[in-house]
Amino acid sequence: MLRITGGRVFDPANDIDGEVRDVCISDGRIVAEVEGDGIRTIDASGMVVFPGGVDVHTHVAGGALNFARAMTPENHRDAAKFTHSPELRAGVGGTTPTTFATGYLYAGLGYTTVNEAAVPVLSARHTHEELRDTPLVDKSCCVLMANNEILLDLLEEGETERAKHLLAWHLWAAKGYGVKAVNPGGVTAWKWGKDAKVLSEPVEGYSKVTPAKIISSMAAMVDELKLPHPMHLHCNNLGAPGNIDTTIETMKVLGGHRAHMAHLQFHSYGGDDWDTLRSESVQLAEFFNGQPNLTADAGAILFGDSVTITADGPWQHLLYQLTGRKWGNLDVENETGCGVVPYTYKGTNLVNAVQWAVGLELLLLIDDPWRIYLTTDHPNGACFWRYPEIIQLLMNVEFRRECIAKLPEKALERIHLPGIEREYTLSEIAIIISAGPARALGMPQKGHLGIGADADVALYNDDPDRERMFGHPRYLLKGGEVVVEEGDIRKMVDGRELVVRPAYDESIEEYLRPLFEQYYTMSFDNYPVEMERIEGADIRECG
Amino acid sequence: MITLTLKEQPGVPIEAEALSPDVVAELGHDEICALPIFLGKRQLRLDEFFEVEGEASEELEIRGDAGRIKWLGRGMTRGHLNIDGNAGMHLGAFMKGGTIEVSGNVSDWIGAEMSGGYIHIGGNAGGQIGAAYRGSLTGMTDGTIVVEGSAGLEVGMRMKRGTIVVKGMAKDFTGLEMKGGTIILGGAELRTGAWMNRGTIISLAPIPLLPTFAYNCSYNPIFLRIYARELAALGVSVPFEESEGTYELYSGDAAVSRKGELLIWKPAG
Repeated sequence: MLRITGGRVFDPANDIDGEVRDVCISDGRIVAEVEGDGIRTIDASGMVVFPGGVDVHTHVAGGALNFARAMTPENHRDAAKFTHSPELRAGVGGTTPTTFATGYLYAGLGYTTVNEAAVPVLSARHTHEELRDTPLVDKSCCVLMANNEILLDLLEEGETERAKHLLAWHLWAAKGYGVKAVNPGGVTAWKWGKDAKVLSEPVEGYSKVTPAKIISSMAAMVDELKLPHPMHLHCNNLGAPGNIDTTIETMKVLGGHRAHMAHLQFHSYGGDDWDTLRSESVQLAEFFNGQPNLTADAGAILFGDSVTITADGPWQHLLYQLTGRKWGNLDVENETGCGVVPYTYKGTNLVNAVQWAVGLELLLLIDDPWRIYLTTDHPNGACFWRYPEIIQLLMNVEFRRECIAKLPEKALERIHLPGIEREYTLSEIAIIISAGPARALGMPQKGHLGIGADADVALYNDDPDRERMFGHPRYLLKGGEVVVEEGDIRKMVDGRELVVRPAYDESIEEYLRPLFEQYYTMSFDNYPVEMERIEGADIRECG
Repeated sequence: MITLTLKEQPGVPIEAEALSPDVVAELGHDEICALPIFLGKRQLRLDEFFEVEGEASEELEIRGDAGRIKWLGRGMTRGHLNIDGNAGMHLGAFMKGGTIEVSGNVSDWIGAEMSGGYIHIGGNAGGQIGAAYRGSLTGMTDGTIVVEGSAGLEVGMRMKRGTIVVKGMAKDFTGLEMKGGTIILGGAELRTGAWMNRGTIISLAPIPLLPTFAYNCSYNPIFLRIYARELAALGVSVPFEESEGTYELYSGDAAVSRKGELLIWKPAG
């Protein structure tokens, strides 16, 4: 049993905004009061008390990330090293941290839950093995379905009901938590050397299936299955100048169904080409503000080295042609693809300067913090361990001005950031790093400090340097255990894996089996991830 | 001067990043004796493997066969490191200034990603001289490396600036993905200049050419007169007089930019 006393508590989900009050913990949960002997008290005077951070969109495990790790030894050489100690396993940080180091680095920000946002069913087993080795955080993952050719074939034939059961079967087979759509139709088209840039045009190889149809049907299926997290959507035309039209059209096509718009920064550009690229964050935020069915994460970029990793194969090929750097491309059988290209965002580069501004503009212009969350699409826009830099930029308009002053002059007429005065409050930060994403993920036990919530609690010094503050939590509690104490990791606990079991017609397996055995290279019985592979599974029934 | 004499050959290579003039310049005798070195995964004191003489000097001399000692002079910025014998891998890697003199042979990756300074090797060298480490975009960005003997694979891989001289033969893939700078060779084996984007490779003997290098002209580049004078001070003799012969210029690699140049010396007569 434990009592945190004297700290200013920020628990926006329960309307607590900086009130000094006690937080009591027993058996890994928040309770109203603790009594008796053996109660440990943490004096949190001068500190703020936050619910543990929740990352709604990150890439920390699985085939694509491992491919990126192998491709970028240069990033490991210069990375922060974790040497072996009685508490810690050895590892490296950097742009693609190793599994154990990923857990340490998230804990080092006060984060306790992460959502791995792109898992092909074919590499789900590998992903879970890596997630098992990622300590200190609870994990969930989204399963890539929008380019699954068996599912698209069903949409072509108009069999949406069967497609829904197929989708649910795959989600459970992968032991996933949510459904992800990446460049719907575009990754399938990439296998023909094409992309899907127009939402209303049939996808290569199909006559009736269009990106719009995939988006609207899948969002409807996710809603009908009553999954806790809406469809997690990476729109078509990521990164392309002028893609604002596609993004807004996508939001319209959803027709009121729920969706989480991933890394919106990469989808908010105007202009016709790289020379005329400009920010369209005002237009996007205005439209988004009127769509209560949607949530989004920022996908902000920061200047420096990164590795771009995505299932969006055609975009990665374009990025490789633009940069001339290394390029990795994977074909994941009938399900999806994957591309990896190392990238360096430069403050002197006009396009990068606009991207930097757009990420912050979206966070500042979307008026409801409950619907826009802090992410960098790690490791695409920047590494997750750089989140405190973004918090500083959001909370301090003076600091933001200093950074804007360093941008190339030509960039200033293409962005809106210089005219934005808004500063985030601590309560709003608590929303965008914890309470909001927990709500979007449909995790009622996360992101707040109400009675019955998981005792994931971060204590930060109330430091005017917000970057230092959020980069060095004084204490972190994970499931009631004190894992970070006085800034050091003191105790290792394994996180749980959050898994969703949707309801579906089991006969779908008999439909799928012959198709699978005809088109896949592996045996059908080896495809689903067995439950005993998932350590610390927390299964959520739905439907 | 500080003198370190190797007492015995280690069973496995020693990693001795501490052995650079920058580290020892301000240290007393006892502090030098206590410097950490790594034998495999074990951390040991320097004096477990070396007799240490002298203190607080930018002149560091290592005596004995240091062929199994890695990272000598890593990242050094000043002073002089003299090795009376052989040296191991990564000698002078990330070096920024100062000089390294080795009387014997050295292993791979010497001067890798260096940005300044001078390395002179009396014997033969291994591969990846002045190269980029695996995955890095650029190898050496300045400085000079002179090898009296032969060299191994991938000499100057991805180098961007600076000079590498190999008086003997270099093995395959010299100047691989080169981005700039100059490599002077006494001859080379296969695929010299493969994927080179820019930069100059000068061979004083005929070499096999890749089909993606096209003959341009025969001439005596003016810059060589000036360059040869600089190099003469380092004991490197590069011919440039028309009476002695001409250079054949080949441009490539056409598989990438075609902006690199390969100059092959043809003696008169």
